[in-house]
Order: sequence, then structure tokens, then C-alpha cells
Amino acid sequence: MSMKEPPRISPAMTSAPAMIKTKKLTKSNIVIRTTMTVLALLTIYGFFTFNNQNLKFWPSLMATFANFKTVFIQPHFNHFTFSQAVEGVTVTLALGLLTTIVGAVVAFFLSLLAAENLTNKTTSNIVKTIVAIIRAVPTVLWVLIFAIAAGLGSVAAVIGMSFHSISYLTKAYSESFEEIDEGAIEALKATGAGWWQIVFQSIVPNALTSLISWTFMRFEVNFGVAVAMGAAAGAGGIGYEMFMAGAFYFDIREMGTITYFILAIAIVLEILSTQIKARIRI
Amino acid sequence: MSQTYFLTKRLRSLVVLGVIVLVCFGSSVLTQFNLSQGIAAIPKAIVWGFSNFYPTADSLAYLSDIWAKMQETLLVSIAAAVVAAIFAFIFAILGSRITKVSNFLAVLSRAFANLSRNIDVSVWSIVLLLTFGQTSLTGFFALFIASFGFLTRAFMETIDESGTDPVEALKSAGAGYVPTIFQAVVPSSISQIMSWILFMIETNIRAATLVGILTGSGIGYIFDLYYKRMDYHAASLVVVVIVISILLIEQLSNYVRRAML
Amino acid sequence: MTTLLEMKHVSKKYGNGTVALSDVNFSVNEGEFVSVIGPSGAGKSTLLRCINKMIQATDGEVIFDSVNISGFKGRSLRKLRTKIGMIFQNYNLVERLSVIENVLHGRLGYKSMLSGSLGLFTNDEKQQAYHLLEMLGLKEQIYQRCDQLSGGQKQRVGIARALIQNPKLMLCDEPIASLDPSSAKTIMDHLKNISDSLKITVLINLHQVDIAMNYADRIIGVSKGQIVFNGAPSQLTSGDIKTIYGSDASNLMINIENHDRVKVAEK
Repeated sequence: MSMKEPPRISPAMTSAPAMIKTKKLTKSNIVIRTTMTVLALLTIYGFFTFNNQNLKFWPSLMATFANFKTVFIQPHFNHFTFSQAVEGVTVTLALGLLTTIVGAVVAFFLSLLAAENLTNKTTSNIVKTIVAIIRAVPTVLWVLIFAIAAGLGSVAAVIGMSFHSISYLTKAYSESFEEIDEGAIEALKATGAGWWQIVFQSIVPNALTSLISWTFMRFEVNFGVAVAMGAAAGAGGIGYEMFMAGAFYFDIREMGTITYFILAIAIVLEILSTQIKARIRI
Repeated sequence: MSQTYFLTKRLRSLVVLGVIVLVCFGSSVLTQFNLSQGIAAIPKAIVWGFSNFYPTADSLAYLSDIWAKMQETLLVSIAAAVVAAIFAFIFAILGSRITKVSNFLAVLSRAFANLSRNIDVSVWSIVLLLTFGQTSLTGFFALFIASFGFLTRAFMETIDESGTDPVEALKSAGAGYVPTIFQAVVPSSISQIMSWILFMIETNIRAATLVGILTGSGIGYIFDLYYKRMDYHAASLVVVVIVISILLIEQLSNYVRRAML
Repeated sequence: MTTLLEMKHVSKKYGNGTVALSDVNFSVNEGEFVSVIGPSGAGKSTLLRCINKMIQATDGEVIFDSVNISGFKGRSLRKLRTKIGMIFQNYNLVERLSVIENVLHGRLGYKSMLSGSLGLFTNDEKQQAYHLLEMLGLKEQIYQRCDQLSGGQKQRVGIARALIQNPKLMLCDEPIASLDPSSAKTIMDHLKNISDSLKITVLINLHQVDIAMNYADRIIGVSKGQIVFNGAPSQLTSGDIKTIYGSDASNLMINIENHDRVKVAEK
């Protein structure tokens, strides 16, 4: 080892400020830090204000873990049969599907109005604002509000759930339309094509893959929503069975069976959705 | 040649359309959904809404009760998203192809996140209701589990997208694993991560309404209360408060997102 | 002349059966400026990364500074890496951080887990970073975010980050492949200057033969994972170029013929 240390540049060589800061506060750094601090403080404050009603936290938490264990390890059938469970899942899937299709059809026409490059800024802004307000109302409230007029059941569920799908898909579709190259529209305009011709000959074919992938992603979400609406708003299907098993019979082992059914469908849908996305991107 | 091309193309569209119509029909039969009834329900609901579903001067008396519950729901939603984000970040680090420690841990953390994400929040709330009862903590944990699953996946993708390059550079300079995470991975992905947390808070507020109806807590509970009492003026006031809160938070997070870039 | 680095029978096979390096032998002396040339996919990057063990060689020995480092792991590996600086084709900076923060990342190998994670650097280290940036002509950009820099500036930040490690050896993986000719020349001049004035050994991957011939003391030609040439630039013949690059050599020939003229023009 005859190697000398390489000569290093000595700090005294040139005139540097005596103290150097490494962090410079830019706007983005300030905003990130402020947001983090505010969220952290709100979280801590939240924990102090949660109403715990003399709840013993740790025993409850342990009991919850024990319940999770029972749910996942000892599922059984009690109040309903395997074929009823399959039927429940099918009904829930059907609700999700109907909602997605109703949502997609309505959203398609709305998104044509919401896309800035197809209409004008004013129309686009109006449609986008309305759609944002619709989205701000939670789905369960739409379903319950419609249930008053149409009665609890599949009609209220599908229409109520569709509101959120419409709003979500309108935003997604119109953004896909807005991404389309201006030239593709201009080329058809130059040939004297009318508005509808431009839409169906240029806009739709160009955006089709992303429309399909957004729609399927929404279907994935809508399955979960349909489960929840079954539980909370009497929409039927596997969600209703789950609500009965859990909150009515307190049979968590049966909850386990239902959970596995829901999980299986959700995973299949997710795999399908990624497959579709991967395939149409080619 | 070109004629058969257009013919097959048209035929294929027709087949796809036919399948969709058939599936719709099947689904309608199965769920006893009736499209004409559905369409008829919309004007009926609108008429009913305009004549019954609006806040009146009397219902404004409930505003302080409603606001207290809304506040609780907002805090639960924020706390659930923030605590979930901390756990999700650790799991995402273990699961991302760039920062994983071992393949076994990566698969395990992905599986765990998949489980909590793919089971709907309503399922978690009902299981939690049995042990935590009608308290904020039921809502908190239900939202926490759902947020954890979603955020783990989102963070994992964010870290994957931030790229291996800076990590490689720090490793080659002899930096350890933890410093590499904090000095390369965190700075590269922090703004995207914050953006996901804000998105999660928005989602949680909407989901909290549902969880509240199921578990009897927060804003969902108070809506359910008025709804079942058929006090629709008060119920509509709840909806107004929710909508205003969500829109405000959306505006705020959009501002933060733009400023963070 | 002391030998700083020696590669003995180094091979790298990947799990899928691809052979990236087979039986590579060469040594590098202290203070030498050595350029590795070869077509893309020949194994140049793998070769460099087997030295600081970013890639683990399947066979053979690597001797650095008279120590066999083949079995180094964990702490000893990290300590070894602090002695070997590396710069990259894509600069590999944390784009959202400032120039000086990126330079200081070069000190992380010397830090404990806690001070490294929190980014606590001594004033001495910061002064050093400042001087390096001054030397590389980036004094004005010290607090600029790296995503606002040009490619040439980014690479200079990369050089500063490697230098602040106090390395004995610099590994440069295609440092000018993404740069325009004038920035490329600036970077090469800086590297040559580092090698001359700081006596740091430089091992550089290049795919431009003419640049390699202009700057390097010695050239190592790699083809299909094997060393096919090892000698002074003046010994490199058209035949050698053909062995290194195979049939694609015709356009590279022109470079070699113009080589002397280029050199004159530069002086």
C-alpha cells in the first residue's frame, strides 16, 4: 500500500461564505412542508377529539384482530347456501354492470360538451362545474335520495349509483378527448365534415382505447360500490347478505365466506382491467 | 378487398354492440331493474326534490349539530389518510422493485396491500363495528384499512416511476439503504406522494358518509337519522354541508398540487 | 508506477444465460486515464460496475489498492465505494433537489445512518462542495434545482458529487453520450484536468473512438464481453477497430483517419 491520499481541495483555497446553507426555501418546498405540518397537526388533534365513549382501545384492537382471524381462517355457511352466495355475487355484478353502462352512455354525450376542443370554453366550464358538484355528493346519498322517489331497490340503486359514474366518466372521457391532436380534427374540418362526422370519424376512433380502459376501471370501482349499496341502501346482492350476516346475525364466520367471494371477484376484475389496459396500449 | 374490410369492421362493431345489449338485458332481468321505470324515476325525483328536499329556515337550527359531525368526519378522514400514508410508505418501499429488500418481503407487502384494497370499505366497517361499536374509531379504522391498500399501490407506482438512477448513484457513493431512501427516493417522489394523500382525503370524506351510515358515526349517522325521521329539510342541509366541504377541499388540494410542482 | 486496479479472470453470466463478460484481465496504474471502447451491448457498463460491485461478477477477482475486494459486503463494501467515484450517462441526479444538495450526496458514504438520512453535513463538507462547484464553473447555480440545468451542467454536478468522495478512482459510464459536442468537450476537459492535477485515476467508457484517442493514455477495446485490444492510442489500427466494432466499422474509420487533423485543430 504505497498509495498516497489524493490531494484534496482545501477549504481555505478560495473565498467561500463562512456558512453555507444547503436548503433553500422554494415555494414548492414551503407548500410541501406546510401541508405536511398542517395534516400532522390535524391528525393529532383528531385523535384527541374522537369520541371513544369509554371504549378500551387496546382490548378492542386485540378483539378486532381476533375477529379478522376468524373471518379469514374459519369461514362457513350458515344462513345461506353456496348457490345463494353465487346468486348474490351475480346480482351485485349485474348492478355494477348496469350502472357502468348507463354511466358510460350518458357520460359519452356529456363529455362531448365538456371537451374544450369540441365545444367552447363556456360550455365546457359549465358542464365541468355541474359534473364536479354531482361528484361531491356521495353515492350512497344519491341512492337514498332516489329511493324516496322510486322506492328502495334496484331502480334507485342503479340510477343513484349512475350519477357518480356519469360524473367520473365525463371527466375522464373529456380529458381523453382534449388530449387528441388538434390536427386530426382540423384535417376533417378541412374536408367540410360536420360536427357529428368529426366526432365519430376522428374523435371516437382516436380516443377509443382510453375510453374502454376508463370504462372498465369504473366497472371495477362500481362492483365495490354495488357491494356497499347492498349493505347501506338496500340494493340487494352480496352486500345485503354481508350486512345481514355482520350487523344482524353477528355471524363473523359467515362474513368470512362473503368476504372471500367479494375478494375473489375484485381480484378477477383487477386482473382483467390490467390485461385490457396492457392489451389495448399496443 | 376494401369492401370486405369495411364489412368485417361493421360486423365486429355489431357483434360487440349485440353482446352489450344482451348483457344489459340479462342484468336487468336478474336485478329486476326496469329502464323505463328508471327513466321515469328521474323527473319524479326532481319534482319531489324541489318540493321537499331543500333546507328551510327551521332546519338551519340543526346546522351546529351537523357541522360538529362534519368536523368529526373531516378529522377522521384526514387522520385515516395520514396514518395510512405512513404505513403505506413503508410497505411501498418494501414492495417497489427499486427499493425492495428481498423478493419475499416484496411479494408479502404487495399481497397485504391487495387484500386491504380489494375488500370494500363497507366490509371492513361491518367487521369493525362488532368490536369498536358506534364510535369514531370504527370509521377511522375502516377508512385506514381502505386508504392503506390504495396508497400502498399508488406510492409503489410513484416510487417505481421515480427511477433507479439516483438510487444507483447514491449506492455507488457508498450510501447505506436508509439514507438512500431519505436522500434520493423521498425527494424524487414527495410531491406525487402528497398529491395522493390529498386525493385520499377527498375520497375518504365521501366514503365516510357511507361508513357512517353503516356504523352510526359522523356525518353519515346524522344524515341517516334525519332521513329515517323523514326530516328531509334537515337531511338536505347535511347534503349541502357535505358538498360544500368536499368542493372546498378539492379547491384547496388543487391549489396545493399546482404549488408543489 | 503502482497498480491501482487489477481485474483477474472476471466473468459475468446472467441468470438467463447471457454472458456479459468472459475472462476479463487488465490492470490500471495510479493516475492513468484509461478509456474503454466498444459497441453498445459489448459489456462496457457491466465491466465498470463489476469494479465497484454495483454488479456482482460471477467469477474472477478484482484487486483494488492491493486488496482483493471480490468478497466485500455490507460495511466494507460501502467503505470501498467511497474510494471509487462514479458518473453516469444520465447524470443520475435527484432532479428535485438543489445542485449543492446533490453534490453533498457524495459524502453519504461517510455518514452514519441517522445523519445521512437527515442530510446533516458539516460546514467543512459544505465548503468543499462550494469549492468543487466553483472549480467546475457552477458557482452561480449552487441553489438551482437540478431539473433546471442543461445536460452539461448536470454532468458537472455529477463530477462534483464524485469528487467530494475523495476518490482514488473515477468510473465514468458514457458520461458524454447524451451531450452536444461542445458540452462533451467541456466535460472531457474537466475529467482530463482532474486526472492530471488531482492524480485521480480515471476509467471511462466511451463509444466515440476519436474522443477516446484524443484524451486517453491507454485504450481498452471490448467486444462481446471480451477484451480484444489493450494498448496506447497510437497503437490502435484500423484492423483493431474492425475487431472491436465488427462490420459496422466503416464510418468509424473516417474518424480515425481524421484523428490527427482534429488534434491539430484543437491546439
